This record gives sequence, C-alpha cells and structure tokens, in this order.
Amino acid sequence: MAILVVAEHDNETLKDATHKTVTAAIAMGGDVDILVAGKGVKDVCAEASKITGVRKVIACDHVSLKRQLAEAMQEVIVPLMDDYDALLAPDTTTGKNFMPRIAAKLDVMQISSITGVESADTFVRPIYAGNAMATVQSSDATKIITVRPTAFAAAEEGGSAPVEVIADPSGSHRSEFVGEELSKSDRPELTAAKIVISGGRGMGSGENFAIIEKVADKLGAAVGASRAAVDAGFVPNDYQVGQTGKVVAPELYIAVGISGAIQHLAGMKDSKIIVAINKDEDAPIFQVADYGWVADLFTAVPELEAELAKAGY
Amino acid sequence: MKVLIPVKRVLDYNVKVRVKSDESGVDLANVKMSMNPFDEISVEQAVRMQEAGTATETIAVSIGPDKAQETIRTSLAMGIDRGIHVKTDAEVEPLAVAKILKSIVEAEGIDLVILGKQAIDDDSNQTGQMLGALMDWPQATFANTIEKDGDNLTVGREVDGGIQTVKVSLPAIVTTDLRLNEPRYASLPNIMKAKRKPIDAKTPEDFGVDIAPRLSTLKVAEPAGRSAGVKVEDAAELVAKLKDEGVI
Ligand SMILES: Cc1cc2nc3c(=O)[nH]c(=O)nc-3n(C[C@H](O)[C@H](O)[C@H](O)COP(=O)(O)OP(=O)(O)OC[C@H]3O[C@@H](n4cnc5c(N)ncnc54)[C@H](O)[C@@H]3O)c2cc1C
Repeated sequence: MAILVVAEHDNETLKDATHKTVTAAIAMGGDVDILVAGKGVKDVCAEASKITGVRKVIACDHVSLKRQLAEAMQEVIVPLMDDYDALLAPDTTTGKNFMPRIAAKLDVMQISSITGVESADTFVRPIYAGNAMATVQSSDATKIITVRPTAFAAAEEGGSAPVEVIADPSGSHRSEFVGEELSKSDRPELTAAKIVISGGRGMGSGENFAIIEKVADKLGAAVGASRAAVDAGFVPNDYQVGQTGKVVAPELYIAVGISGAIQHLAGMKDSKIIVAINKDEDAPIFQVADYGWVADLFTAVPELEAELAKAGY
Repeated sequence: MKVLIPVKRVLDYNVKVRVKSDESGVDLANVKMSMNPFDEISVEQAVRMQEAGTATETIAVSIGPDKAQETIRTSLAMGIDRGIHVKTDAEVEPLAVAKILKSIVEAEGIDLVILGKQAIDDDSNQTGQMLGALMDWPQATFANTIEKDGDNLTVGREVDGGIQTVKVSLPAIVTTDLRLNEPRYASLPNIMKAKRKPIDAKTPEDFGVDIAPRLSTLKVAEPAGRSAGVKVEDAAELVAKLKDEGVI
C-alpha cells in the first residue's frame, strides 16, 4: 500500500500537523510519501524529508499553489493518485477546503477528522460535536482522509528522504487570491501551544482580554476564545475553539468566563488539565474542569497573574 | 442569478446527544430536530441577495425523510421562493448528496449554490467542496462576507490564520461560516404564506443517483468521559496545584 500525505505549511516552514498526519499514515501501514505543494518551498521540502518513516518527498513549486487554494491543489493531486491507495491531510482549514474536491473527483467518500486508525480501512471519528465516536469502515478502493492532528503524536525527525520535483501545473483556475488579514501575534499558535487560555462572553469586551494576555505572556500560552466572544467582536475569528472552530489539546487549558456549551467542549475536552474560572458555580464547564475556581474573573485573573509573578514566571 | 440552498434536518444543537446502548448510533427518537444552523445562515444569505436584487430566484432543497419537508417550509417562511424535497429514508452520505445536487443544479440552471460549511450531526464539512468538483466550479468555503460584482463574487473566508479574501467567477459554490449573518426569525404571516409555496417531490432514483453508502458504521460509542475535579479557593492554591501537575 502507498499513502500520500499532503504537507501543511506556509511556504516557509513545515507545520507540526504534517508530522502528526504522518503518524496516522504509518499506522495504516505501507509506504508513506509527502507532497509539498506551494511556492518557494525548498526549505519546507528539506524539513519534510527529515521526518522518520517517509519514503520520498514530492515537490510541486508553482505560483498557482502559493495559497493552496482548492482548485489548484485538485489539479496537482488528482493525477498523482494513480500511484496511491490513500491520501491524508490534516483537517486544517486548508485541508478541509481541498480534500473533498479530490474525493469527489475520484468518486470516493471522504472520511473527515479521524482521531484513530483501527486498520487500513477502518477509522474512528467524532460526530455530533464529539458527543459520539463512530468507527467507520470504508469500501472505497482509495481512502481519502482528513486527520485531526491533536489525536496523534508527531512523527520524529531523523530521516533523509529524497525530494522529487514534479511538473508544473497549468495553474489556470476560476478562483483567485485577493488578500488576507492574518492575526499577528508573538504568542504560540493556538493548535500547537502547550498552554491555552481562552476567554468567553464573560470577558465583556476586547480590551478586557488584556488581563488574559498578561497571564498568557507569563506562561508562554496561546490565547483562544468561545464563539460568543468572537461573535461579539472581542477577538478575531481565528481565536475560536470548538466544534466549528479549532480543536486544541494542550497540557493546560484555562477557560475564563466560558459557560462550557457542548460546542465549546468539543474543541478542548481532550486537554490534559482543564481549569475553569467562572462566577457561576453551576456553569457546565465545571463538570469537565480538573480545577474549578468560582470567582469573578476581573479579580481572579489579575490575582492569578500576580501569583505567577510571585512564583517567578 | 438563480440560487440553490441545500438544507438539512438535524438534531437540534441544544439537545443532549445520547448514544444508543447497543452502540448502533445516536438516539434520534422523540427528540427535537431543526434546520442545520449553518444552513439557516445560507438561507439568510440567499434571501438577502434576493432582497438586494442580485438573486432572481431562490430554491431550497432537502434530501431526507418526509419530515425534511418541515425544514424546507422553514426556509420558505424565511423567504425562499420554492422547495424541492428528495425523499429517502436512507442515510445519505455527502458524496451522494453532492451527486443529487449536481443533477438539480443542471436541471434548474443554477448559478450559485450556497451551502452550510458543515452539518452539526456528522460534522463532515464535505458536500459543498464535492459539488464544486463534480460541477468543475470554483468554490469559496467558510464565507464570512460575500460581495457580488458583475460575474464575480468576492468572498472573505474564515481560515486558521484569520481572514482570506478570494474572488470566484460565477457559476460558483459558497459555503457559509458562523459570522456571515444572523438568520432572521420567520414572522407569523410569512409562516402562513410559506404553506402555499410549492415543494416539488422527487426521489434519488429520479436523478439516477446510487446512494448506497461507501462507509459502514461498525460502532458508535460514548467518548471518553471527564469528571469534575476539585474547587480551588484562590490563586495561590491554583498555582500550587498546576505546579504539582507539572503543567506550568
Ligand atoms: C452551529 C453552532 C456552532 C457553534 N460552534 C461553537 C464553537 O466552535 N465554539 C464555541 O465556543 N461555541 C460554539 N457555539 C456556541 C455555543 O453554543 C455557546 O453559545 C458558546 O460557546 C457560549 O460562549 P460563552 O461560554 O463565552 O458564553 P456564555 O454561554 O454566555 O457564558 C458566559 C459565561 O461567563 C460567565 N461570566 C460572566 N461574567 C463573569 C465574570 N465577571 N466572572 C466570571 N465569570 C463570568 C458566566 O457565568 C457564563 O458561564 C456554536 C453554536 C452553534 C449553534
């Protein structure tokens, strides 16, 4: 069996989600290759070739792939699939965007956001916001799968797989990139951070997120939010943790002024330790919290910051 | 511009999900069902386009059992012109849904399909993209803003890093994200009016689409549970616990 893993990257660095997707691929058994599709991706290819267990890296370097839009990715990947039995990509917004197009072109039913590999054709995936775990078996000859990175350990580095460059795509499509407004932050990426501190509607405003950011900076944490906090305009959309936002599983998740709706829990309940700060002792978030602190967040969070400072953080 | 809006009937987002004790699936007997929340956003978008004069006709389609007609009626009450009900009691996977939608798009001469980015039951996030590939149309998924200029749509997309803006030429596929709009509630007069709007009755066979599932569900289990831990009284106690746990 041969498996192709699509690398997650920003043309400069290879993202850890790739390493985790490789782990899922290796669990299926067979040869694992990585496709790096982008523009100016030499360094990304060099990083990908270091992942242990990878047979080769396929590079497609073309201006039409700079943003990895779905139509451009489809043009590159569909012909490659003659040589593969399975295609895997992380279930990021990039992977979610292009993978189903390839599945439909190959007349395959995609298996989305797997959290477990039972065998080469059987997988576990959450449904209903993670309130149920389905084990599904695919009867399609080719498997098209998106992988939830938080459910897999990252494959190690130490290999030196060869890099093979393939022909340029035509690159002509009826969708084009216009611009982007990316959130800038010196803090770690939400999905990769070891500690995440999130604020909810209880924060009351965007300015008030400053008290959370101070704690985040002490702990080297990423900052997240509930949907309510994003909808209210306190923070940008990419902060949203949950069923329809990002899924995180850090060592420590601190929920501040978040009630704990199932849609929010879906995105963080696999965190190792959960702390909840909420003034309502009946808030459902306390049912999943290892440490609950019933308090007004406007006094509790600054106190937490001061205590961390005292402890040398 | 003719707009098609697929709508799905799902377990209401406020209902507690119960896994059946024989692990065959999720218990859907006697529970509240509603329109998938993302589809409400799609319906709202289509109705607004019609109000703005950019959409000439709006058609809602639902694939599912008899009760799916209620979901179509809800969209008609929000302002959609007419409905198509593709009746089946089987569970239809996104790939088969996309194939049925392709037939409808072709038969109706649709210019734009607006779908929810995911259904909150199977959380697949596939149908819109699949339809895009089957039609060879461009797509703009996870839409946060949509603007029409001439034969193009400029769409702001909610992506992991923030907002990405793309331009697609019509005909095209758009999938909606949470912040595109706030769906309206249907007024009582509009609910009454919707009762008289037409709904075409179809079946998957009418479109010659094989809906046999490609995935078989071997088991549906409860997720690993978490239980409530302990309460702390102050910051000092919390920091001490977190140090003990080795997480800070
Ligand atoms: C289709 C769909 C998808 C969704 N996807 C997501 C998703 O991905 N992620 C997500 O998070 N939600 C999602 N939701 C929304 C979800 O259902 C909840 O509405 C949302 O999570 C609530 O956010 P919240 O906890 O911040 O707000 P609320 O539920 O309003 O809770 C606010 C909490 O703050 C506490 N509080 C207020 N003031 C203070 C104070 N001064 N000190 C301490 N505590 C205080 C209150 O006691 C309360 O518990 C989705 C909903 C739908 C329908």
